[in-house]
Amino acid sequence: MSTLTSSAAPSPRRYRGWVLPVVAVAVWWLATHQGWSDSGLLVSPQKVAATAWHQFTSEAFWRAISSSLARNLSGFFIGTTLGLVLGCLLGFSRLFERVVGPSFNTFKQISLFAWIPLISVWFGLGDVAKVVFLSLAALVPVVVNTCDGLRNVPPAFLEVAKVYGFTRWQTIRGVMLPAALPSIFTGVYLALVYSWLATIGAEYLLVSGSGIGNTLIDGSEHFMMDLVLFGMVVIGLVGWGLNLLARNLERRMQRLYGITPR
Amino acid sequence: MARATATALDSEQLPGKPLAPVKRLPPSAQRAVPRVVARAAQGSAWQSRALNRLLPWLLPAALLGLWYLGSERGWLSDQVLPPPAFVYQTLVDLASTGDLWLNASASMQRVLVGFLIGSGLGVTLGLVMGLSKTVEDYLLPSFNALVQIPVLGWMPFALLLFGIGEPLKYVLIAHAALVPVTLCTLQAFHQVPKRLLEVGQAYGFSRRQIVTDIVLPSAVAPIFTGLRLGFTKAWLSLVVVELLASSEGLGYLIAYGRQLFQLDLVMAAVVVVGAVGLLIDRSFEYVERRLNKGRAVIPGRLV
Repeated sequence: MSTLTSSAAPSPRRYRGWVLPVVAVAVWWLATHQGWSDSGLLVSPQKVAATAWHQFTSEAFWRAISSSLARNLSGFFIGTTLGLVLGCLLGFSRLFERVVGPSFNTFKQISLFAWIPLISVWFGLGDVAKVVFLSLAALVPVVVNTCDGLRNVPPAFLEVAKVYGFTRWQTIRGVMLPAALPSIFTGVYLALVYSWLATIGAEYLLVSGSGIGNTLIDGSEHFMMDLVLFGMVVIGLVGWGLNLLARNLERRMQRLYGITPR
Repeated sequence: MARATATALDSEQLPGKPLAPVKRLPPSAQRAVPRVVARAAQGSAWQSRALNRLLPWLLPAALLGLWYLGSERGWLSDQVLPPPAFVYQTLVDLASTGDLWLNASASMQRVLVGFLIGSGLGVTLGLVMGLSKTVEDYLLPSFNALVQIPVLGWMPFALLLFGIGEPLKYVLIAHAALVPVTLCTLQAFHQVPKRLLEVGQAYGFSRRQIVTDIVLPSAVAPIFTGLRLGFTKAWLSLVVVELLASSEGLGYLIAYGRQLFQLDLVMAAVVVVGAVGLLIDRSFEYVERRLNKGRAVIPGRLV
């Protein structure tokens, strides 16, 4: 498609992405400035900025975000580790896949958040319940992608290993794992994204303690639109940061193992 | 495809022709193999196939047995884990009183309306951005920035704007479906096989002909993948939205059961949510496979 459109004048093109946000903020500012609506929900950009500054300098905000992140990362690590083990078992053992695979696929279909009531009865509303939920959220994509990666190793590779008389362990270490790595990375990457989403959800539904999700709910309950908007941006920024981190890590690992990205 | 080759590899090790690969195995393995082969050779193919059919049911049966035993022996109180018979009874009650149908249809209506709005907008947005690089330059960065905020992040904002009525659910479900549909549609346009475009150019197709005869047909299958993903996301966020703010629907049943500490109701509703999700996903998968089957022919013909 790109060959059809001329690629002349690349310099103004780079700024095109900024047009929409700038116009949106300008309209927003104009709307509050001119008082187009007297609803209390229409807060001015200045007020949001002031709230942001107030939050950034307050200790409570940093406590909220650090406890959210701590929960997020611990759930992510537990879920990813378990997911790698389960995914490898599913990928390597045909018997295990036959016994556990169908049950896992059914389990995967149940909307993750439907588990929250059961988790809250079994584990309470505190950090334990949240971490259990987050691990579950991180587990699923890791298992799926690890198993897929191991199953989809090109048959030609396996035949070469067979011809050279590799032992099973050598085949796994030298052929299957390296070939499956990109897919495994994808799973871990997805796990990081999902676990952040689940962190917010867990804080909405298991309401106790502090966290960025609780801040957001507070703002919503007290009709403080400025706080809500600020919280949304923070959630987006943290998600983006985690995304960037995971992608960088993925690229570095790929370079380390000499794999070209898919 | 991969599955088929995997089973082909496996069949090489079946009793029929084991000797060639076995010879190359290291000594330790060689000792073990003949015994297995001998045992497998005794059982007929029918038996092993029946066993293969049976294996997936082993784990659910074991879990169910453990659950039944646990509630029978009183390892856990009924409040924490209601006995399976009780959950089944609740499910039957829900179905016979019509509550289940009422709530399920409310949920289905929400998810369908939200999905139709979201996927319609998503396909349009993806189409416009895919066809015009200029529009993409203007829209995509903002779109990508907004996508970083998950549906759950939008929720308090939408709650303030729309209240907790039906529009809130439609908007959030539509948003959940919109994101994957837009991205997959855009990707579908970017991934049109170069070879096909070159053929079009060689035959002197006009831009319009290239779009209608080459780009759109080859984009159908990826767009459908996006729709499937979008529906999965829509179903997921339906449950969340109903858990948080609703007075009917399957998610509401779960939230209601939780408030009254009726875990049997919660579990019955979870089973229904899972079953419906599975059913929808399977039907999408079926259509997707059919679409992809037709698609695989094109590169084969060209080579």
